[in-house]
Amino acid sequence: MYTILQGFGSAFRLIIALDPELLKIIWLSLKVSGAALVLAIALGLPLGALLALKRLPLRGLILSLINTGMGLPPVVVGLFVYLLLSRSGPLGFLELLYTPGAMIFAQFILAFPIVTSLSHTAIVNVNPIIRQAAQVLGANPLQEALTVIREARYGIMTGGIAGLGRVTAEVGAVIMVGGNIAGYTRVMTTTIALETDKGNFDLAIALGIILLGLSLLINLAFRAVQRMGRSGSGVVLWD
Amino acid sequence: MGLSLELAQISKAYNGRVILQDCSWTFETGFTHVLMGPNGMGKSTLLRICALLEAPDHGRVNYLGDNRPLAIGLELKRRITLLLPGVGVFNTSVFNNVAYGLKIRGLQRREIEERVGAILEMVGLADKKRQRALELSTGQSKRLGLARAMVLEPEVLFLDEPTASIDQENSEIIERIILEMKEKKRATIIMVTHDPAQARRLGDRLLLIKDGRLWPG
Repeated sequence: MYTILQGFGSAFRLIIALDPELLKIIWLSLKVSGAALVLAIALGLPLGALLALKRLPLRGLILSLINTGMGLPPVVVGLFVYLLLSRSGPLGFLELLYTPGAMIFAQFILAFPIVTSLSHTAIVNVNPIIRQAAQVLGANPLQEALTVIREARYGIMTGGIAGLGRVTAEVGAVIMVGGNIAGYTRVMTTTIALETDKGNFDLAIALGIILLGLSLLINLAFRAVQRMGRSGSGVVLWD
Repeated sequence: MGLSLELAQISKAYNGRVILQDCSWTFETGFTHVLMGPNGMGKSTLLRICALLEAPDHGRVNYLGDNRPLAIGLELKRRITLLLPGVGVFNTSVFNNVAYGLKIRGLQRREIEERVGAILEMVGLADKKRQRALELSTGQSKRLGLARAMVLEPEVLFLDEPTASIDQENSEIIERIILEMKEKKRATIIMVTHDPAQARRLGDRLLLIKDGRLWPG
């Protein structure tokens, strides 16, 4: 009879041996989640900054929608992206369904509201005197905005880390739009689900350990950034 | 001939309460003007309006260069500066704080280093150049703010209570720097203070603000 201890033993052997299948799955997971996060930051940070620094019409409504998006159930995102990318959907012509591109798209939708909302909060909480200081020192409106954003960098980094935490642990959306195709769209979370179904616990446990390790790293980074922000220590920028 | 400043019938109200009423004044170029008056009477508001950080409800702030009125825009704003009472220290090194205004003006690195180095010597913060600015004491932060403003060599420098809430030693250092600046640069300085003795030590001209109006002191 298979015991949990046996499973852990085999899992550690797979990790120590740097099993090629295991490495391939980890690499794809990091690529998909990394790309989704980069996109979420590229679009979410400017939007968060715009909402924090400009008195836009419908700002309250946009913020409410973004905050609601932070709690989106991944399966709902999976369904939505599936319908968009399916052959008869409005983005069907892109032929992205069951590709890593579809998984990046789904994870981007999950990370985007988190990055946007936390960036907005970080920027809006910068002491107004910073903006005034930039003004009296001769900053133009763009330089003024960049100065405020730079002061909010720890909060923005926290948003990025929170977004990464959300997407790396996610399974529902990527399995629906990626299809869990071996060697192509199979990532850590979907492999764990599949291998558990098949009763192949060694690989599932090995990936589980790595995923937990990754979560731990993300959490440690999250706490370190928050500590830096509170103490005002950390890297001195633009030297 | 440097930049000169005239106020024409400036009025300002907050939530229906009139703070400034028909304030008109010509600030003589190259002199140090000290603005005094009770708390909440609009001294800081007037300074912010003069420094183009706030717009008046009525009236005009006129800057003249070679006796010709200048358009209010970034070019003019870069010829003046204000030391805010709370300074607004950026979360970076002391050097980067002081270099900020020069960097955004696109000056070369070498010139920035020379000018920042010289001004940090002047305010006694040269040994803290690489230190994180947020770790400075309140008095040192004020000196940093003064250095950040002075390094820009403004033609009009506004100082909003530059020695408020700081210890005697830092206060004396700041006064010495202001006196040195008066002697060397001949920039027009317009400052707010609560201390009559300080006003006498630093000021060439005294203005009083009372019931929203400006009076010669």
